[in-house]
Amino acid sequence: MSMTVNGAAVSLPDDPRVSLLDLLREYLHLPGTKKGCNQGACGACTVLVDGERILSCLALAVQFEGRSVTTIEGLGAPGSLHPLQQAFIEHDGFQCGYCTPGQICSAIGMAQEIRRGVPSHVTADLCTETISLSHDELRERMSGNLCRCGAHNGIVDAITEVFAEEDILAEAAE
Amino acid sequence: MTPFTYSRAADTAEAVRRGTIPQARYLGGGTNLVDLMREEIERPDTLVDVTGLSHEIEELPGGGLRIGAGVRNTAVAEHRSVRSRYPALSRAIVSGASAQIRNMATVGGNLLQRTRCAYFYDEAGQCNKRSPGKGCDALEGFNRNHAILGASPACVAVHPSDMCVALVALDASVHLRGSAGVRHIPLTELHRLPGDQPHVETVLDPGELITAIELPPQPFAARSTYRKVRDRSSYAFALVSVAAALQIEDGHIRDVRIALGGVAHRPWRASRAEEVLRGGPVGAIAFAAAADAELADARPLSDNGFKIELARRTIIAVLGNLAGETA
Ligand SMILES: Cc1cc2nc3c(=O)[nH]c(=O)nc-3n(C[C@H](O)[C@H](O)[C@H](O)COP(=O)(O)OP(=O)(O)OC[C@H]3O[C@@H](n4cnc5c(N)ncnc54)[C@H](O)[C@@H]3O)c2cc1C
Ligand code: SF4
Ligand code: FES
Ligand code: FES
Repeated sequence: MSMTVNGAAVSLPDDPRVSLLDLLREYLHLPGTKKGCNQGACGACTVLVDGERILSCLALAVQFEGRSVTTIEGLGAPGSLHPLQQAFIEHDGFQCGYCTPGQICSAIGMAQEIRRGVPSHVTADLCTETISLSHDELRERMSGNLCRCGAHNGIVDAITEVFAEEDILAEAAE
Repeated sequence: MTPFTYSRAADTAEAVRRGTIPQARYLGGGTNLVDLMREEIERPDTLVDVTGLSHEIEELPGGGLRIGAGVRNTAVAEHRSVRSRYPALSRAIVSGASAQIRNMATVGGNLLQRTRCAYFYDEAGQCNKRSPGKGCDALEGFNRNHAILGASPACVAVHPSDMCVALVALDASVHLRGSAGVRHIPLTELHRLPGDQPHVETVLDPGELITAIELPPQPFAARSTYRKVRDRSSYAFALVSVAAALQIEDGHIRDVRIALGGVAHRPWRASRAEEVLRGGPVGAIAFAAAADAELADARPLSDNGFKIELARRTIIAVLGNLAGETA
């Protein structure tokens, strides 16, 4: 029984009680993914599974057999930062940094959802083909990631800059 | 967490065979069950992962939809037919939890998620749902989020799901499979009121598996919506919510569906309000009369009297919006 974490095959724990979060942090020594509340309420433990954002604290590692997990360590490294990591630095998108890995993984998952046309609570027209990354859409879609330091303005600016550059709308239209 | 064995079911027959032993539980996304196991409120010794089963959304002949129990909440909300034909359902789902949780949560798990009553989670508290017969600390405690309809002295908790409220308004039904065979029941009959057995939350037999939900064809559901009122504008459970669909013809209400969330131990179909409205005039006076009829039996607890007026206003506002749209 195995899964992939940041491209490498890893075996699943023998004890099914191990959460995906504890597998990452305690067994694989990838401490980038953070444990905030351990009950689904903060988003610090957000990772990508086959490109979709999920909470690693609310799931058992064994549920992810055969799946591909990406953590913040898999997105960038010192010297080769992911564009979002760079933008978070430039826009003061953090203070303590505890929520940051979750914010960044979440933002990547969010971009995928927007490209796919997934509606949100603030999407006025449910049947729209394209969703624009307005300020309201971004705040609603990122509301599952809390920031105790209140770095939200920087977080919003950083995400907006990166996905405006990537031209998320053009991709959605393709 | 108490130890347990984990396995994935290859098909529904196998799932039911393994799920029918006494301390077994089905596992969907795990977003509620794993949390409750960590708190040792749930202590299964066997987990049967059913996320690999029934994960399709099928168009039914005649215009309905059949949604497999393993379909993720996001996949339901984004489905084209749901968005255009049952918008209240998309709206209800995207108003709940967070995007990450909706990506994990399944339809079956959402239906059977358990209450968020703080005393149910608190091992130091007395809770009839957790330990039958021990009493209910919410009755005289913090009950701001609790029920105003259908509660009992044994339990005043509410069902937390948004999705279920829309489904109940849309006349959804549930497909079940147990060791005695398959059955198909209206969703309004799945969840129980607490009575003197609040720990028995549904009419499911032990080990009975939810395989799918079914939405009947309902042309006027294309004009349906969901409004959720909560303490913050995102990522919070409902204080009160309203799902409704309205059909107006020649200035009269031809047909209507209304359901309420955050007010009772089950998603609350507002049949009395519907009766008052059906065949009658459109307008604020009629909407207020309907809300009053539905809430005539509402009983406040020490901290949640505001919910009665909030529910009343939300019903009137939602019907007003729908009437404006259809006018
Ligand atoms: C922080 C937080 C905020 C939330 N906010 C909201 C909110 O605002 N609105 C809202 O509606 N919900 C909210 N939720 C709850 C969330 O919607 C549920 O946890 C989720 O829908 C449960 O689905 P699941 O697949 O993860 O269920 P699981 O946790 O896997 O299972 C839940 C229950 O269902 C049973 N089960 C699962 N599948 C089946 C099946 N096929 N047949 C029979 N039994 C089955 C399990 O045995 C278990 O008892 C929130 C959750 C969290 C953690
Ligand atoms: S309201 Fe229900 S769930 Fe809450 S403490 Fe009372 S019995 Fe338990
Ligand atoms: S640690 Fe997972 S949501 Fe807080
Ligand atoms: S930067 Fe400190 S919690 Fe967000």
